Amino acid sequence: MSRVSLEVNGASVDVEVQPNTLLVQLLREKLDLTGTHVGCDTSQCGACVVHVNGQSVKSCSVLAVELEGAKVTTIEGLAQGGELHPMQQAFHEEHGLQCGYCTPGVVMSTVDLLKRNESPTEGEVREWLEGNICRCTGYHNIVKAVLSCADKMKAGDASAAE
Amino acid sequence: MQDFAYHNPGSVADAVAALKGADDGKFLAGGQSFIPVLRLGLAEPSDVINLKGLSDLQGIRDGGDHIAIGALVTHAEVETSDLVKGALPGLATMAGHIGDPQVRNRGTLGGSVAHADPAADYPAALIALKATVVTDRREIASSDFFRGLFETTLEEDEIITQVKFPKAEKAGYGKFASTASKYALVGVFVAKHGSEVRVAVTGASARYFRVAAMEQALAAHWSADALDGIVVPPDDLQSDMEADAAYRAHLVGVMAKRAVSAAG
Repeated sequence: MSRVSLEVNGASVDVEVQPNTLLVQLLREKLDLTGTHVGCDTSQCGACVVHVNGQSVKSCSVLAVELEGAKVTTIEGLAQGGELHPMQQAFHEEHGLQCGYCTPGVVMSTVDLLKRNESPTEGEVREWLEGNICRCTGYHNIVKAVLSCADKMKAGDASAAE
Repeated sequence: MQDFAYHNPGSVADAVAALKGADDGKFLAGGQSFIPVLRLGLAEPSDVINLKGLSDLQGIRDGGDHIAIGALVTHAEVETSDLVKGALPGLATMAGHIGDPQVRNRGTLGGSVAHADPAADYPAALIALKATVVTDRREIASSDFFRGLFETTLEEDEIITQVKFPKAEKAGYGKFASTASKYALVGVFVAKHGSEVRVAVTGASARYFRVAAMEQALAAHWSADALDGIVVPPDDLQSDMEADAAYRAHLVGVMAKRAVSAAG
C-alpha cells in the first residue's frame, strides 16, 4: 500500500491505496464520487474526465499514487454554493444530453476548453470533443450548449466589469 | 491490473538504480500509452518507476540551431509553446493533433518516443527533422533510434532526457487519423534542411520509412505539385479494418502533399 495526500473538490484527502489503483477508482470506490463515469476502459470515451491541477485528464489513465499534492476537481465540485456552473446550466438549457452517461466527462472537458479559448468557433468545439464519445445526441446540442455557455460567460464578464 | 511496487525517484540516478534493482521494472512518464497497456494486462511489471519528479527532464529551450525539448514536456506544452511555434510551427501543429486534448495534457514527448508505437506521430517528426535523442548516457541520431514495432535502441535502464530538433527551414505534417483512437492511419512529416529534404511516414507500416523519390522531387522543387505521379508501393504496408495497404499507399501521397502545403 502507498499513502497519497491530495485535494479533491477543495477537501484534503489522505488515503492508503494499492499502487495499481486508478484515479477513477479512488474517486468512485474510496471517495464515493460516482459522478465520474467509466465507459470504455480503453482511454477513448472520456466519460471519466476530471481536472488535475486545472487541466482536463482521463482519470482512467492516471494512477492515484501519481497525484501526491495534486488538486483534483470532479463534476461534484463544479457547482459553487448550490449554483450550477455556467456550463452545467447551459447543458440543462440547451438539453445537451440524452442518456447523460457521457455528460460529466463532456462538461469537465469543455470547462477546460473555455479556460483556454473563451470564444471557440463551432469547429473548435467539435475538434476539442475528440476525446469525448457521446452515442446519443450526435453532439448537436452539446456543441450548442458549449457555445451558449461561452457567450454567457463573456456577457457576464462584461457586465461584471461595468 | 496486476499490482506492482511503486517508486517516485527524485533524480535520474535514483530512477536508474530503482530499475536495476527491480525484477521487471518499467519507467512511467505521462502514462497515456503505458497505463492502458497495464490495464489490458499487456505488461505486468514488478515495479513501476515514475519519472515525473525529475525536473531536469522538463522545459523547452532554444539551443541556437535547434530547439531542445525535455522528455517530460507534454504534447499540450509543445502545441502551445511560443518557442516551438516560432521556430518549428509544423512540430507544434503535429503535437496539437496527437490523440485528444486530455491525452495531450498528460502524454509526454519522451514517453511517446520510448514507446515507439508504429502509428504514433512523433517518430515521423524526429526522422524528418533529423532530431537527436539525448539520454542519461549518450546521444542517439533519430535514424538509429527506432528499430521496429515498439522497439528502440534504448537499454532497459536508459532514460531519455531530451530531444533536440534542428530548426529546419520548412516543416509540415499531414495526418489521416483513425476516428476512434486518433492514431495515424498515415502521417507524413516533411522537412527542408537547406538543399536536403526529408519525407518520413508513420502509421503505414511496422516502422517509419522515408520516401526517397519524394525527397528528391521536393529537393528539386519545393511544392506539393512536385509530388504528382510519385507512387508508394503497397507491398509492405499495413492492412487492418480501418484501411487496407492500397488505401494507405494512396494516403501517403495525399498526406505528403498536405504536409508540404502546410509547411508553406
